[in-house]
Amino acid sequence: MTGGLLGAMRAVFLRELLVFWRRSTEVMAALVFFVIVTTLFPLAIGPERRELMLVAPGVLWVAALLATTLSLNHLFASDYQDGSLEQLLMSPYPLSAMVLAKIAAHWVLTGLPLALLSPLLAVQMALPTKAIGTLVGSLLLGTPTLTLIGAIPAALTLGVRGGGVLVSLLVLPLYTPVLIFGAEAVAASAGQGFASVAHLSLLGAFLALALSFAPWASSAALRVSLD
Amino acid sequence: MKLVHKYAAPKRFYELAGTLTPWFATLTTLLFVSGLYLGLYWAPPDYQQGNAYRIMFIHVPNAWMSMMAYMIMALFAAAGYIWNIRLADILAKVTAPLGASFTLTALVTGSLWGKPMWGTYWVWDARLTSELVLFFLYVGYMALQASIDDARRAAHASAILAIVGVVNIPIIHYSVYWWHTLHQPASLTLTSQPKIYITMLIPLIVMSIGFMFFYLTMLCVRARNEILWRERRADWVRKLVESRP
Repeated sequence: MTGGLLGAMRAVFLRELLVFWRRSTEVMAALVFFVIVTTLFPLAIGPERRELMLVAPGVLWVAALLATTLSLNHLFASDYQDGSLEQLLMSPYPLSAMVLAKIAAHWVLTGLPLALLSPLLAVQMALPTKAIGTLVGSLLLGTPTLTLIGAIPAALTLGVRGGGVLVSLLVLPLYTPVLIFGAEAVAASAGQGFASVAHLSLLGAFLALALSFAPWASSAALRVSLD
Repeated sequence: MKLVHKYAAPKRFYELAGTLTPWFATLTTLLFVSGLYLGLYWAPPDYQQGNAYRIMFIHVPNAWMSMMAYMIMALFAAAGYIWNIRLADILAKVTAPLGASFTLTALVTGSLWGKPMWGTYWVWDARLTSELVLFFLYVGYMALQASIDDARRAAHASAILAIVGVVNIPIIHYSVYWWHTLHQPASLTLTSQPKIYITMLIPLIVMSIGFMFFYLTMLCVRARNEILWRERRADWVRKLVESRP
């Protein structure tokens, strides 16, 4: 085992991957949720391709956002229950770095598959082929931000009654900027106005901001919850 | 700092707030009465909007207060979190419902104004949308406070949420603003008339100061309630209750 901070982060990352992998139903549940929610929209709106094409960017992004929100609950919950979170708190390395490793692992198993699956759903929603690249790109840039921001409420609501619904209530208002620019980027490249580069750049900026701010805030939140 | 410590003890603040409340309440009443008189009778009707614009004298102060209250709440929450001041926790907690009601009033009066002016109760205008998101942030804060039983943990957890919210508010505001400007051509907004006439400005300022004192009055009243509840097992509260018939 390599020592130092990076070694510790790597160990946490690999452990998370392994744990999540062994409980793969939870990982799959978020993905299946994404697929089902997207499927519900054509049923509700009607199968006309023109109408579907207009709402596709918004629907795909809202579904991805809700799926990410659902998966937030098991970011810390099981570690909180079996006490391994307290072990993490006592490690000599900064908690925010450990949290970052956990978030990264969580994203690899939820956000990344979500982005990779999205082209299939884009076809289902009659999104023009030229916009599919932007959809995957915007989800790749946007979902890590969602997981990073979501880690804060997830940490705050550990062991609190009604935790699941509460997380959504706390996190969804904070998600609005990412949703706006994610959906707008896809809509733009589907040929409804401006170039999508500006929106993607802003998503990148949000990611950089969340990367510097969220691990710190969620480790402070963990300390409050485990106090 | 010495003064802060002197009045940061909940019992001292309870007494101080008790002395201040009638003064604040009187000032609020005076300002409201004169502001409403000036706004509803003295100010001339608008040449475009007629008398319908007068709802602005309620709407605009509430919109200002909704944002100011969030900042105040976050400042109190941060002070409580950083220095462990219990009074700051209490003040942050009781500010949240006040801020939420300012936000709701601003939204409701705004949509009532929008019906005759825009022809619809709701437009996805940038400012309306960010005000709505602000309302959701308040609701989230209150829900988190309510779902944690331990007072200290509730205060600290919601303090972190409030600080995250403060970082996010400008981002949300500008996102919504850009979204709006990208999405639709400029619709009618309040800023379409660049200058506000002095006879309309005076009642607006009077009403704004009135709402500030209204906030202070309600802050004192609610903080006193909260202090009594939290210190209900303390000696001085018991004596206070027994001394009343």
